[in-house]
Amino acid sequence: MIEAHNLTKVYGDKTAVNDLSFTVRPGIVTGFLGPNGAGKSTTMRMIVGLDNPTSGSVTVNGRRYADHSAPLHEVGVLLEARAIHTGRSAENHLRAMAATTGIGRRRVEEVIDLVGLREVASKRAGAFSLGMGQRLGIASALLGDPDTIMLDEPVNGLDPEGILWIRNLLKGLAAEGRTVFVSSHLMSEMAVTAEHLIVVGRGRLIRDMSVADFIDSASTRSVHVRTPQAGQLRSLLLRDGVSVSSSQHDQLDVTGLSSDAIGAQAAEAGIVLYELSPVQASLEQAFMELTKDDVEFRASDDQSLTTHNQELAA
Amino acid sequence: MSTATMNVVERPAERTVAQRQGVSFPRVVKSEWIKFTSLRSSWLTLAGAVAAMVVIALVIGGNIGSKWSTLAPDDVAPSGVLRGYFLGQLLIGVLGVLFVSAEYSTGMIRSTLAAVPRRIPVVLAKALVFGGIALVAMTAASVTGFLGAQGLLSQSHHGVSLFDSGVLRVVVGTGAYLAMIGLLGAALGWIVRSTAGGIAGLVGFLIVVPVVLGVMPGTWGKNVVEYLPAGAGSAFTSSLHTTYMLSPGAGFAVLLAWVVGGLLVAATVVKRRDA
Repeated sequence: MIEAHNLTKVYGDKTAVNDLSFTVRPGIVTGFLGPNGAGKSTTMRMIVGLDNPTSGSVTVNGRRYADHSAPLHEVGVLLEARAIHTGRSAENHLRAMAATTGIGRRRVEEVIDLVGLREVASKRAGAFSLGMGQRLGIASALLGDPDTIMLDEPVNGLDPEGILWIRNLLKGLAAEGRTVFVSSHLMSEMAVTAEHLIVVGRGRLIRDMSVADFIDSASTRSVHVRTPQAGQLRSLLLRDGVSVSSSQHDQLDVTGLSSDAIGAQAAEAGIVLYELSPVQASLEQAFMELTKDDVEFRASDDQSLTTHNQELAA
Repeated sequence: MSTATMNVVERPAERTVAQRQGVSFPRVVKSEWIKFTSLRSSWLTLAGAVAAMVVIALVIGGNIGSKWSTLAPDDVAPSGVLRGYFLGQLLIGVLGVLFVSAEYSTGMIRSTLAAVPRRIPVVLAKALVFGGIALVAMTAASVTGFLGAQGLLSQSHHGVSLFDSGVLRVVVGTGAYLAMIGLLGAALGWIVRSTAGGIAGLVGFLIVVPVVLGVMPGTWGKNVVEYLPAGAGSAFTSSLHTTYMLSPGAGFAVLLAWVVGGLLVAATVVKRRDA
């Protein structure tokens, strides 16, 4: 269980995390989603006491992280794959970490096998690929068999097999009743891994909702219609629960009605249709729509990816 | 599906209940010991510092016997053969900086401080491990270099014994001096968090500042130098007592104060700063 209360972190004149409150519950995978620069890593660093909040507080399993007598047993954390001395072997890195809290050699060997690093365990970590580094970081997070596991962008640099491995690992850990908190900037990854989502942008909370709800809202269909009688069709269709937008004079985007219903009504009124096509927003589009006002860095040409789902953010 | 995936799926059934022991200072010391001893660069640099002491002592001991009467007093003093300390202090000081700064440059520090979030035990444990290793290695190097050099000098009947008056203080003191310089390096590593900055600070502090102050007009510069780490160190590592030099006991106390002060500053900034 992770509980953040009004967490705020200011660096100079830049507010990285702004009054963020959320709860990460045990037994499920919670995705921490946001564009790059949204404050995800900063929040995670504050959770394990590496950065001090400017204001607000965060507790893990009911206490401040630093107040736990055996922090590695409370929270296993992967902050970035490269939080490892490059000159040390994977095995010695894990032994050094394990020693701080009296974890024995056997557990070190266990986690090496668990993450599949047996063959390279005695090689210098500096020679590792990004994916191997991620696995070593995850091994180190699992050392203390912790109740809470927090991973910052764990699938970065992993090949498809590795991504599948992480996905199953996280689900398995959650199924054991642990709290699993995983950050990502990829909605598609979170959609298949997480059950709950905490979405942030520019350090602020945007959404705290289940993935199922998010997918529901994202799959709101709209129907794209092209007709020379756009004005007439618009007034015909507009009523409660239906919204119509128009990007060009002969085109309409309708939400709240199926394409069947639109076609039938148009036929009844004798309106000619050139085009009638249902459009479904992807999760990625829904996510971008949610966070579009909160993206820190963006290509200057703001391409409209979201023409078809303008109602989503409502 | 890979075998790795299969293992993970099976894990719930065999979930190990690890014995949950807390973080304690001896455990942090053990962790730092593993860290120091598991890096090849630690041993290479340490070997370099030891070699500098021993080889230079042997070279001096093998060459000055024949020119004895033409040499200056500080060349023929018992401490004259331990001049390798000058190179040795740079190597052990750099190793001290590196033992800390490499954690910052590699990102390891975040793993370290997440494991020991109270942080101060890490600063103390690193000092204890590194200080202990440096003290043993540098004292051994100093004694070995001294005995080897005196063995060579005894062929021309200029050798002195480790147990002649004031000699043991100089030889053991040189080992202790080098260990303390190593610890100052470690403190600098914590404070500046970068290898380049730490080494620059160390060299500036040990060598550049004393030289600059020493050539200032008047005596104030020289009076200040007495209290800087290098000046304070020479008070107990040199056999000759010169003007602008503290007594051996006072010199030792002043250098120890630098080390303790440096580590206190280190502990304070490490505790306060974001990692």
